Amino acid sequence: MPEPIDILPAPRPDLTAWTCPVPLRDQPRVVTGHGGGGAMTAELVSEVFAPAFGGELLGRLGDSAVLSLGGARLAFTTDSYVVRPLFFPGGSIGDLAVNGTVNDLAMSGARATYLSCGFILEEGLEMSVLGRVAEALGAAARVAGVEVATGDTKVVEAGHGDGIFINTAGIGLVPAGVDLRPQRVVPGDVVIVSGAIGLHGVAILSVREGLEFGVQIESDCAPLGGLVDAMLAVTPDLHVLRDPTRGGLAAALNEIAAAAGVGVVIQERSVPVPPPVAGACAMLGLDPMYVANEGKLVAFVPREHAEAVLAAMRAHPLGADAVVIGEAVETHPGMVVARTGLGGTRVVDLPIGEQLPRIC
Amino acid sequence: MKYIEEFQDPELARRLLDDIHATVTRPWALMEVCGGQTHTIIRHGIDQLLPDQVELIHGPGCPVCVTPLEVIDKALEIASRPEVIFCSFGDMLRVPGTGRDLFRVRAEGGDVRVVYSPLDALRIAQQNPTRQVVFFGIGFETTAPPNAMTVHQARKLGIRNFSLLVSHVRVPPAIEAIMQSPSCRVQGFLAAGHVCSVMGVAEYPVLAERHRVPIVVTGFEPLDILEGVRRAVRQLERGIHTVENAYPRAVRPEGNPAALAMLEDVFEVTDRAWRGIGTIPGSGWRLSERYREFDAEQRFSVTGIQTREPAACRAGEVLQGLLKPHECEAFGTTCTPRNPLGATMVSSEGACAAYYLYRRLETPPAAPAHLEASPVA
Repeated sequence: MPEPIDILPAPRPDLTAWTCPVPLRDQPRVVTGHGGGGAMTAELVSEVFAPAFGGELLGRLGDSAVLSLGGARLAFTTDSYVVRPLFFPGGSIGDLAVNGTVNDLAMSGARATYLSCGFILEEGLEMSVLGRVAEALGAAARVAGVEVATGDTKVVEAGHGDGIFINTAGIGLVPAGVDLRPQRVVPGDVVIVSGAIGLHGVAILSVREGLEFGVQIESDCAPLGGLVDAMLAVTPDLHVLRDPTRGGLAAALNEIAAAAGVGVVIQERSVPVPPPVAGACAMLGLDPMYVANEGKLVAFVPREHAEAVLAAMRAHPLGADAVVIGEAVETHPGMVVARTGLGGTRVVDLPIGEQLPRIC
Repeated sequence: MKYIEEFQDPELARRLLDDIHATVTRPWALMEVCGGQTHTIIRHGIDQLLPDQVELIHGPGCPVCVTPLEVIDKALEIASRPEVIFCSFGDMLRVPGTGRDLFRVRAEGGDVRVVYSPLDALRIAQQNPTRQVVFFGIGFETTAPPNAMTVHQARKLGIRNFSLLVSHVRVPPAIEAIMQSPSCRVQGFLAAGHVCSVMGVAEYPVLAERHRVPIVVTGFEPLDILEGVRRAVRQLERGIHTVENAYPRAVRPEGNPAALAMLEDVFEVTDRAWRGIGTIPGSGWRLSERYREFDAEQRFSVTGIQTREPAACRAGEVLQGLLKPHECEAFGTTCTPRNPLGATMVSSEGACAAYYLYRRLETPPAAPAHLEASPVA
């Protein structure tokens, strides 16, 4: 018998000595999360842009600024559109460039009147594609009742763009007596969402990544000026409106809760998530509360007006599925809490950057 | 989706909870092995609804957490090379290596792409014959078969510019390591259903017997978790310890023979380091000799990697149930998902991230009695 070879035993796993990665406390370069509409975007604005630009209006950090000019109150906003692909189920970059800006104005209670439109085109883009986008943009403007009054065109070298980038700015009048801002929210306000959430984000994902979810999911891209008009016709005393685009419903609710200094409680089972969106999100490990919308709004309404506002919303085609999802509360200011279907609670936080599909 | 709704039914959940409450007479500590189960528990507030005597300990079953720092650093090194298109599942992009993550590599010019399937990476390789395409193959038994199949396909199709950076881990040796830890408090396991849907349950009876712990194969919806807890508690109260399958709609005792055959063909079992806790014998897979040419580590000769772990956080204690995430001094203050101190806070399936996301509220708000939310449209 040969002598047994003396093998050193492997070090025993030590679960208490679990050590962890270096925190990435700052990013020396811009990363995609900075444009995700969550905490990283907010940091970029508050730490880089706001200090550099100064100004009292920007400090309010609303979707649009409300300005007094020549005795009138004007809402003024700008947004840039970098969506890929340029055409998707339910819309195109042209529709988005109109509706996104029109909706930012509508959230101030203003009907968009004039838009500017800046195109940044990539060398080599097919003229027919540009033509289709321009047609879509024009058609969306006519539907929204807004005129493209001025514009600009630049071309960048091939490889320096994504086909087409569009920037639009918009301006509109804020009606007398309308004052929509988070600071007006008080505990007891009812939270209403105008319809099914998550459609736009999942529609984009399905075409961009070639994912199939059984049924075609179309973007909800639509102009919300008419719906807001219908709500304001019931009462001009809406407290705040927000269109939950990047960062989804969760980001919109968190921004309002933080700015208003109130807590928000939502009933998770009341949040309208269409089954195809829920299925797609379950598959990818995404939370529909964080998925982008382009034709929905969330409203904080004084309790005494909530029923009438809800009825007015449901009478409008873009608010037919409007539902109450929760309320503003005094407890846990700045925080959004969901009551789960089983009866537990959970915090619904501001997303950090973009949601990432999980591994399994 | 109909089926997902059914497995979240509040009325059925109430009945299961009532049964658990009626069964429990003593304190019990159960470990759910998988991070996906941890998230279901926290997201739906299941731990708040269980009897106080039933404690759920969150296991190390998060593929993002346990991938060794050395492998992350190799990924960062490979992804930085100009000839490489580096493909990964999304949630690996945020995990820090030594001072960097894949997001930063991308911002610095690396071609890092998020894919939803390893086959997407193979397609990218076909479309870019002059580039090297590397897929980051990490995860448990769930992700190993598709990754193995992709390598198999690559060879069958003669795609030479594709390779796999592989760091797969296996659950049963991890359970063994947990039970051998002197400070272990776990008295029963909710085994990860998707792992068993691939591997079957053959490896579990010996573990249940050796350590005298019930092991209940459990799914991922709220009712699955409650049923898993119910069965584990019932065994503990009766003083028995067997393997039960509470996830029969997905798990057959023999597993998935096609997936097992693919694993057998492409991978071989190896010792594998788990981030922070060291090497667990036989706890991983690597490419077998026949497929070694598709090994990214060999292809790119990633050697001389100097890893640097930062000061330890207390994730090890969290993962053994010795500490709840919110009991750590750094939790929610110096350690948040935005500025994580530990892998369990970095990963979307980490226990600390789950607590941070869903459970920062120390005192649940009183139910708003005067508000009845309108029904779902």
